Amino acid sequence: MADLLSARNLRRAIPWLLIVIAALVLPVVLPPFRLNLLGRFLSLGIVALGIDLIWGFTGLLSLGQGIFFALGGYALAMHLQLGSLAPGELPEFFGLYGVKALPAFWQPFTSPLFTLLCIWVLPALVAGVLGYLVFRNRIKGVYFSILTQAALLVFFNFFNGQQKLINGTNGLKTDTAQLLGQLVGSDAMQRNLFWLTVVLAVGAYLLCRWLTRGRFGDALIAIRDDEPRLRFTGYNTTVYKTLVFAVAGAMAGVSGALYTVQSGIVSPQFMAVPFSIEMVIWVAVGGRGTLIGAVLGAVLINYAKSLVSEALPETWLFIQGGLFLLVVTALPDGLVGWWRSGGPGRIRAMFSPPPAVATYPDLELDPAVQAEKAKLEGGAQ
Amino acid sequence: MNTSNATNPPTIAGGAPLLELRSVSVSFDGFWALNDLNLRLVPGELRAVIGPNGAGKTTFLDVITGKVRPTQGDVLFKGRSLVGIAEHRIARLGIGRKFQTPRVIQNLSVRRNLELAVNGSHDPLTLLFGRLSHPQRQRVQELLAVVGLEALAAQQAGSLSHGQKQWLEIAMLLAQDPELLLVDEPVAGLSDEETERTGTLLRSLAGDHTVLVIEHDMEFIRELQAPVTVLHEGHVLCEGSMDAVQNDPRVIEVYLGTETEGEFNG
Repeated sequence: MADLLSARNLRRAIPWLLIVIAALVLPVVLPPFRLNLLGRFLSLGIVALGIDLIWGFTGLLSLGQGIFFALGGYALAMHLQLGSLAPGELPEFFGLYGVKALPAFWQPFTSPLFTLLCIWVLPALVAGVLGYLVFRNRIKGVYFSILTQAALLVFFNFFNGQQKLINGTNGLKTDTAQLLGQLVGSDAMQRNLFWLTVVLAVGAYLLCRWLTRGRFGDALIAIRDDEPRLRFTGYNTTVYKTLVFAVAGAMAGVSGALYTVQSGIVSPQFMAVPFSIEMVIWVAVGGRGTLIGAVLGAVLINYAKSLVSEALPETWLFIQGGLFLLVVTALPDGLVGWWRSGGPGRIRAMFSPPPAVATYPDLELDPAVQAEKAKLEGGAQ
Repeated sequence: MNTSNATNPPTIAGGAPLLELRSVSVSFDGFWALNDLNLRLVPGELRAVIGPNGAGKTTFLDVITGKVRPTQGDVLFKGRSLVGIAEHRIARLGIGRKFQTPRVIQNLSVRRNLELAVNGSHDPLTLLFGRLSHPQRQRVQELLAVVGLEALAAQQAGSLSHGQKQWLEIAMLLAQDPELLLVDEPVAGLSDEETERTGTLLRSLAGDHTVLVIEHDMEFIRELQAPVTVLHEGHVLCEGSMDAVQNDPRVIEVYLGTETEGEFNG
């Protein structure tokens, strides 16, 4: 028991306690509109986590995560569209295009279990197949990024043009659908969805942390830093990259499903090119390879976006572009990376008097001397 | 040095080869990087390969390790053809390669670099769910001692000096426990003392392993006391002891040049 309550364990427990408290308190203090926004942005944190996994750790810059995000959203929206129908009825929009019978691929989505699986398995499969074909052919770097964006455009155009299959550019609404006997758009349901989002975001974070902590994570970093070295060490790097790309795809799917039910609609706009680029910006601003930075980046930027858009709608894109430029030029490791590398201390040092030293100042403050000293002390131990 | 070589002249050994290149040719858009190259290595041998720039030394390693597919000819490892086999499979068959410039994973600690390389299953599930076995941990510790990086085990590999990186990469190679070690310019940029220690290490590895060293440093190769293969324009110009090779007029012409002639005779 004493061990359990040690200072170290308590310190570790603090972030988790804060999350639990926030999850319980926020629904009470925030108006439903703000809570709904937070839930949406937190669900975007999940797709950002996936991007951090493939980009921050493995070095695969995908500009097509919108594909998997939208697939998860569509899977859930199709189920919700079917769930609130009387037997023999069709979702309303089919009537507009003269469709008399439910298309065959809609049928399985009547099953909640199939839908729950589909939300993450389908994007993972699509990502796995796409990834395998690309990685097997040793396509990487900027060519990989361009290819993912091209794939995104293909999906976007397909979904946009298929009125008779999935209502094309109008998308599928979920607000008026029923889930477990409740209206999806109701405040009570939205609160439950917020909690679900918190749980899944924490789960996604823990999954990513587990994946990146051990030797598997080391292998991902090795692929990012020097893939041929790892290959000549006996690693089949194609398998690693495919696997991690599929995991990121699954996370994007879950993220898209949560975002859909909290936004009330899924549409081909989820696969718009700028949106997938924005996802990358969240991770860059929050901090690549830090995991928590991806979530923070997604939530903070989107909150800023909604606040700025309410006040000065015209300026947001400039602010977002400026933020990205700032991060690329001044904070290459993002906000969290800057924080971890002692950034706040440097800012404080700029505005405070130099530290008092007992000996000849140059020696005590010279980083090279200190490094040498630390090395000698380290070697002596 | 010359006298010791004379009493115990290194020779190209016979017997069943571990590695055999049979008239291997590689063409890059009409340029023949390797041209009818034949070479045999027997188990336990230490062999040095030299050649002027552009002789095809790196392509020669690329062909063995599967990075480049030979246009003609065959590469046999323990009697099995390596042509068309993926790099990671060739590595698992027991061929390790050290690159010309030291290539270690900069953002991982020295120990974690070795833990990635250590012999064992390299599939994702093992890395996710399995832990390093006791012998594997011991092996990592042992290798840290061999290359003298024990005190730096927790440091980022990127912060090591050039020589330490060279040694870490050699340690990573040994961690794979390959039967055949292909070592590309192991002493480039090393101090005299480090060069000497590297030579001692490579010599001690021969016997248990088969070692092929590509090097420019003539003095280093002489110290290895290994048979030398001279590559020129993608094929083997001659093979033999360092002394024999250095006195071969063809070698002097293409590689060593007349200006250094006085040095061998002296």
